[in-house]
Amino acid sequence: MPRSPHIITCIKQVPGSTEVEIDDNGSLIRNAVAAKMNPFDLFAIETSLRLKEQNGATVTAITMGPPRAELILREAFMMGVDEGVLLTDRRFAGSDVLATAWTISQGILSLAPYDLVICGRQTTDGDTAQVGAEMAEFLGIPHVTNVRAILSSSDESITVEVDLPGAIQVACLHFPCLITVEKDIFQPRLPSFRRKLATRDKQVKVLCLDDLPDTDEKHYGLLGSPTKVQRVYPPRRDVTKEIVHGDPQTLAERLFHELEGRKFLQ
Amino acid sequence: MSRIIIHQEHVDNFQDILQVCPFNALERKGDEIRVNAACKLCKVCTKKFPDVFELVLVEGPTVDKKAWRGVVVWVEHDGKVVHPVTYELLGKARDLAAVIDHPVYCLLVGCNVGNMPDSLFKKGADEVFVYDDHAFKDFRIEPYAAAFEHFINEIHPSTILVGGTTIGRSLAPRVAARFRTGLTADCTKLEMQPSTDLDQIRPAFGGNIMAHIRTPNHRPQFATVRYKIFNEREACDPPNHPKIHCHSIDKNKLKSAIKVLETREKPKVKSLEEADTIIVAGRGVKKKEDLEMVEDLAKLLDAELATTRPLIEAGWADPLAQIGLSGRTVKPELIITCGVSGSVQFRAGMNGSGCIIAINTDENAPIFDIAHLGVVGDLYEIIPCLIDMIKNHVNEKC
Repeated sequence: MPRSPHIITCIKQVPGSTEVEIDDNGSLIRNAVAAKMNPFDLFAIETSLRLKEQNGATVTAITMGPPRAELILREAFMMGVDEGVLLTDRRFAGSDVLATAWTISQGILSLAPYDLVICGRQTTDGDTAQVGAEMAEFLGIPHVTNVRAILSSSDESITVEVDLPGAIQVACLHFPCLITVEKDIFQPRLPSFRRKLATRDKQVKVLCLDDLPDTDEKHYGLLGSPTKVQRVYPPRRDVTKEIVHGDPQTLAERLFHELEGRKFLQ
Repeated sequence: MSRIIIHQEHVDNFQDILQVCPFNALERKGDEIRVNAACKLCKVCTKKFPDVFELVLVEGPTVDKKAWRGVVVWVEHDGKVVHPVTYELLGKARDLAAVIDHPVYCLLVGCNVGNMPDSLFKKGADEVFVYDDHAFKDFRIEPYAAAFEHFINEIHPSTILVGGTTIGRSLAPRVAARFRTGLTADCTKLEMQPSTDLDQIRPAFGGNIMAHIRTPNHRPQFATVRYKIFNEREACDPPNHPKIHCHSIDKNKLKSAIKVLETREKPKVKSLEEADTIIVAGRGVKKKEDLEMVEDLAKLLDAELATTRPLIEAGWADPLAQIGLSGRTVKPELIITCGVSGSVQFRAGMNGSGCIIAINTDENAPIFDIAHLGVVGDLYEIIPCLIDMIKNHVNEKC
């Protein structure tokens, strides 16, 4: 009897708020607000759980981050994910897109065999939406991004609708493959209290650099990152041309004359 | 391996030292402070407590930059027409190439591309490299990445610019990973160093700060840029002897594990990017029903209605109508923001607009930093007045 499909879902812990400030020395001050699961990843988890309900797949969630990122794996358990893997090592620090993609793909390789890797569209902190495609390259598997619907799936393949710039593409991908899913592909379920109790003692598998197939430190963290941040600075604040105060009637008149003067009224 | 070293003997106040890290990457284990995996090597700690923290740098790989020549623009198209983001990138590529006296190349991959190269020469390309094959009819990642890989191996270009479209954001990372090189997504500003290092500026950390990024030791260096960030150049005379290079690749590399079953056109909706006038509703709009008032104003001005991210998240509007880094980038002649405070992400998606008029109750809102006309007041009072005035104006004309 063939084994049931193995789905790996990539998730990330992101800051609860994106409020960041810079002090007078140009240093970053980030409010230590509670970290949370990247909202886009909820759709990736939901997609994997729907497939699990259909074809009996095993779902593993994998994340890279500090030890406290275990929290989002626990949240994934509460939604119905079977296994959780945390990639954590201080030698991963300072990773850019390439080093991040390399690290997670190494983690995925150590979980083989696998059939389908599912990622969210992007994270809310990095905002690059590029790690998924880089991982697919490192894993040597085909990928499609911007999946907006799953049409069907079998033991060997999955058929999806892809949102291209001017068209909708219906594509069938053979396993193993990687997809990144759009927000709203499915409505994510809420974590269940019953599962929370049931998975309270469940172990998260922790992997550090030495547990990965590639143990060359030069491929990880800052050293494995081709892009270097030269500096960070607050966005430029342009000088305002004109600011007006007054009662609503006066302000509306000012607006009207501005629109009329700039020939925006027909 | 670059890392932070801690001189434990200089630690006097644990509390102060643990709190210095904005990423919570410092932990106390007994009488020791340790760095965990959350460290981003941002160097805040080494600046604040130079006695305690030391950054140890290890040299990485190096590259012979002279061996890599040319600024490349990836040609985005739908099989018939070149996407305008390509022309915007060509304009920028010319400026960048002029600094280092490099040629500007276009990479065009497709099926029956016909006379597409003509328009590229008019917009600034020196040479166009064409991969034309039936296998490129539909966008499938393996054959497209194979053509891109072949091109890089043949030409050794220094810089590659790719439009931040769905296809660009799928293809650029795939190829960048294949060459194990750097890719900076969604750049909003690009400049060239004489060393051929590309200065890439992008909003980072959720958008509230700008990051200046370089790829100092790898080539080619990849950057993606969204549509409507840069300006298209005026068309110029094409060169007398335009150089078109036609390439083909090994048939085995054209195979794909992806089978395209169907491609259907998306229903044509007038996209925000093409609108001349846009009215934006922000969080100052308190109820979903109140959007109607803003919509009325949009109708009177023949404008498109757009919103900010919180309203999309609240489910009040179609995600296609979102302006900002995670939505659309727009550059209309006129944009009126109603109750929008103006986060960096939002502003990055619209600050190229011709005329920006902002209505907001908080006069310290960052939107006023970029507004040409800032109106401090309540949109619930101002907009109905304005609507009446425009209606009267229209009636008088009739």
